[in-house]
Amino acid sequence: MTDMQQKASASTVPETGLNVPKRRRRPHPALVIVAGGILVVALTYVLPPFRNYQLATMGAYFCVTAGLTVLTGLNGQLSLGHGALMATGAYTLALTQNRWVNLPLSFAVAVLVTTAAGAVIGLAAARLRGPYLAGLTLAVAIVVPSVTSTFDETFNSDQGLSVILNPPPETIPMERWQAWLCWGAALVVVLLLALLIRGRFGRDLRAVRDDETAAKLAGINIARTQVLAFVVSAVCAGVAGALFAVLAQSVSPGAFPLTLSLFLVMAIVIGGLGSLFGALWGAVLLVLLPTLAQSVGEQTGSQQLEGNLALVVFGVVLVVVMLAAPGGLASIPSRISRLIRRNR
Amino acid sequence: MSTDPPLKELALHNITVRFGGLTALDDVSLRVAPGRIVGVIGPNGAGKTTLFNVICGFVNPTSGSLTLDGQPWRPRPHHLNRLGIARTLQGVGQFAGMTVLENVMVGARNRHAEREALTALERCGVARYAGAHPGALPYAIRKRIELARALVAKPRILMLDEPAGGLDSDEIRWLGTLIKEVGTTVLLVEHHMDLVMSVCDEILVLDFGKSIALGTPGEISENPRVTEAYLGAPA
Repeated sequence: MTDMQQKASASTVPETGLNVPKRRRRPHPALVIVAGGILVVALTYVLPPFRNYQLATMGAYFCVTAGLTVLTGLNGQLSLGHGALMATGAYTLALTQNRWVNLPLSFAVAVLVTTAAGAVIGLAAARLRGPYLAGLTLAVAIVVPSVTSTFDETFNSDQGLSVILNPPPETIPMERWQAWLCWGAALVVVLLLALLIRGRFGRDLRAVRDDETAAKLAGINIARTQVLAFVVSAVCAGVAGALFAVLAQSVSPGAFPLTLSLFLVMAIVIGGLGSLFGALWGAVLLVLLPTLAQSVGEQTGSQQLEGNLALVVFGVVLVVVMLAAPGGLASIPSRISRLIRRNR
Repeated sequence: MSTDPPLKELALHNITVRFGGLTALDDVSLRVAPGRIVGVIGPNGAGKTTLFNVICGFVNPTSGSLTLDGQPWRPRPHHLNRLGIARTLQGVGQFAGMTVLENVMVGARNRHAEREALTALERCGVARYAGAHPGALPYAIRKRIELARALVAKPRILMLDEPAGGLDSDEIRWLGTLIKEVGTTVLLVEHHMDLVMSVCDEILVLDFGKSIALGTPGEISENPRVTEAYLGAPA
């Protein structure tokens, strides 16, 4: 075979007739975050105080759902213990704040402590797969709140701790200040996550999720990637917990039950696993669905059901969304645009 | 293909691998000189993939040792890429949740991952599929993508585990040309004898874990022990 023939044969690839999607260029995450920030600030001026408080709660939830969707959706590690990591961040903020009354310092300490907790759990988690990993994180979700009873002199058992906070500037209403604080933190967290996952680290996370053998051969240290993913996710949960402590101005084990961890997982699945937009949807649902459940409970007069109605509502929404859009709420726009393209 | 730093010499010394009562490799030695194309052939279950798994560190030998450039070497899978050793897998082994371009970028461990991944995809004739997900593509295309992921790291030792599986005769001819042009040390496990005989400088034949022949394609094709291993003993 001549050189010319060889070169020709090298370029001979059979036509598959497949409609190959073009590579999509997405806007830089910083642009999306700035737009989101402007929208949130605008909303805080038009919403009444209670809605601003709900908006602030969404911001806090967004931190944890964004971290969890990176861990579970992109890296394939299922955590049923993120409520416990939130509790770790919340209690750390409360203890530090009550001693030094310095919010930035308290947040920094909360981040450090949850980083350490995430590293310890992540090291164990990197050795486990599937149901065993879920079991480990479930145990963490159960054990951590009970620590407050064991060391009740420090954590004040079921009563919990109040959080001493300096009041916001007089010109800013409390709820607006809370919304700014929570969304400021959430947008910084999400921007860092978005920058992290759009590069090599993000590819490594997904490669480990999809095929560990091929990932190893591509030069990825599986255990290190998994531990890093857990630490990143734990830090997000710690920030969220700290924000909840500021929002409620108190922390107690009752605020971080096992059902919270389950709600978090359901929220990221409904929103769209592995998508930061999906995590945003999840955060919105985490605030709105319990409120909806509460109002349904009040209208039907079933006071006994009220506590469990939120779980029922979440379950129903999960089933409906999975049937209608298996990729979660975040996948709906792309599904619609695909349908439109197909019908053209 | 990059020749700086220089190509590496890989050697296996008396490698034995036992899985419980089964001896998968029995006292196998092989020296892969820099720049040579070495084929490893044998009937199913002969130990070819186990040999690859030993070199990649997926399987620890029961006895024997490996050297890289004359130095004792204990391979670890995630260090291979950094050492300039790339391997394709028998079953395609791609990342289903990533696009073709991202799949190849995973193999490129430097700042210019996207550019190098596109170059590798072009070299393998599948750049047009960069935005697709590999699960939606035919097997032969996915094989080429797998090859692109191995080539993107500019390996100095390229290990190909049955790369011709699922390819038609034109594609196998293309593959043979690519292997010869790649200009690096190649270790090739393959059942397609025409491909092995046409591209390899040297061939190791395994049968039930034992090395039964080592030589040039001409020597191997005339070796009666090889014929016996493939066709069975004459009646």
